[in-house]
Amino acid sequence: MAKKVRIPTPLRKLTNNEELVEIQAATIGEAITELQNRFPGIQERLVDEKGEVRRFVNVYVNEEDIRFLKNKDTELKDGDEISIIPAIAGG
Amino acid sequence: MIMEKTENFMRALKCRECGREYPLTATHVCEFDFGPLEVVYDYDHIKKSLTREAIQSRPKSMWRYRELLPVAGQPTVGQQVGFTPLVKADRLARRLGIRELWVKNDTVNYPTLSFKDRVVSVALSRARELGFTTVACASTGNLANSVAANAASAGLRAYVFIPSDLEQGKILNSLIYGAQVIGIKGHYDEVNRLCAEIAGKFGWAFVNVNMRPYYAEGSKSMAYEIVEQLGWQIPQHTIVPMASGSLLTKIHKGYQEMVKLGLAKESEVHVHGAQATGCSPISAAQKAGLDFFKPVKPNTIAKSLAIGTPADGFYALKVMKETTAAADDVTDDEIRDAIRLLAETEGIFAETAGGVTVGVTKKLIASGKIGPNDSAVICVTGNGLKTLDAVDGHCGKPREIKPSLREFEALVANEVKPVNA
Repeated sequence: MAKKVRIPTPLRKLTNNEELVEIQAATIGEAITELQNRFPGIQERLVDEKGEVRRFVNVYVNEEDIRFLKNKDTELKDGDEISIIPAIAGG
Repeated sequence: MIMEKTENFMRALKCRECGREYPLTATHVCEFDFGPLEVVYDYDHIKKSLTREAIQSRPKSMWRYRELLPVAGQPTVGQQVGFTPLVKADRLARRLGIRELWVKNDTVNYPTLSFKDRVVSVALSRARELGFTTVACASTGNLANSVAANAASAGLRAYVFIPSDLEQGKILNSLIYGAQVIGIKGHYDEVNRLCAEIAGKFGWAFVNVNMRPYYAEGSKSMAYEIVEQLGWQIPQHTIVPMASGSLLTKIHKGYQEMVKLGLAKESEVHVHGAQATGCSPISAAQKAGLDFFKPVKPNTIAKSLAIGTPADGFYALKVMKETTAAADDVTDDEIRDAIRLLAETEGIFAETAGGVTVGVTKKLIASGKIGPNDSAVICVTGNGLKTLDAVDGHCGKPREIKPSLREFEALVANEVKPVNA
């Protein structure tokens, strides 16, 4: 079984409108590289010039923010679901 | 020149990170870097009709500054919102040790007793202009109340999403208006994440997701009112509660716009931020001198401020740096004490967020970050009647007696004497 990435609306133009993408990567960092190989251009949307996840991009593995895990080094296992979500205002 | 009813003063939406521009639709993030989009105005156009005289001739609501609020025509939702009292708080000033202190009292904002009515009236008016019939929000409570009430009066359908462990008062205050209330088993950041995923799917106007660029601008009205109520002066210090950090940045923007339009003189300005210790990612970063924050898992009675991943945290830190301001945070006990202090000195019953702001003001004065001879405005953003749970058991109990004069006399024998004794 692979891992699944939920693609947010602003990035679906790059994934031919695919909302759910299956990947094989073992970490978040590798997942970004894998997505870039399949959907050229997606990497620069997610990470900045220094290779860090952009400050307004939130990445979750099974609903947990990767900043509470190991950021880009967060390991992925089969069946994991990854969400990429823009930050939202308060309430 | 008099403003035409259908005059539009907005020019575009613009990414705050990279500056790319977008049309004025229901969209909130830059497709390129996910940066937040903000409304850009035509200030030269605004300047022609928005004068002090024009403002003062209009009804006393936040809409007297309509040119600076992002709707294309006249507002159709919440025309009566805003213009809440700016209270000269002399008794509180003496207790805190400062020369001049004011409370901007949004505990009595119309119709749902919090500053959120400001942002919601903008978001729903704009949602209608864009043709939406269902509105929604992710909320820590106050926003849900306001969306529910304002949607009811406008005949819009409302779905509000809240953490399921909210204060009872805040839950009932959404249900009563007939809104669809969805309780999520999780904290606000989780509600937020879910709503971001839901937002695109149903074609709804999510006030703090796809309507956020318009919604957030409503907060500026608090700054305009403060300036006008102080006689067209920008206060030296303003103390603002921080959840996402949006209100703080918009109050600062409001002050800058007043200067830009010649409505107030440029002057010394410090915009300070207040958080609860149990959820203080922004104040912790400010105190450590960082320009980025580390997300936290909230644990505080100030649930309306319990956002562990504050979307505008970066910008709030920037504003505090630019205005040489400080941030601080207070514990749950300090929050309760501050709620009582404000109530006992000024007769204003604030919710927990108000306790946070008053408590932090006390700290900033005690530490000299706000000087004893200075002047300050405290933004109190929500009403204590909604968070009774937080103070229940912490403000004493009524003393009970039989309806007997003798019992009463015995009860108060040590505190008062009858006048004819």
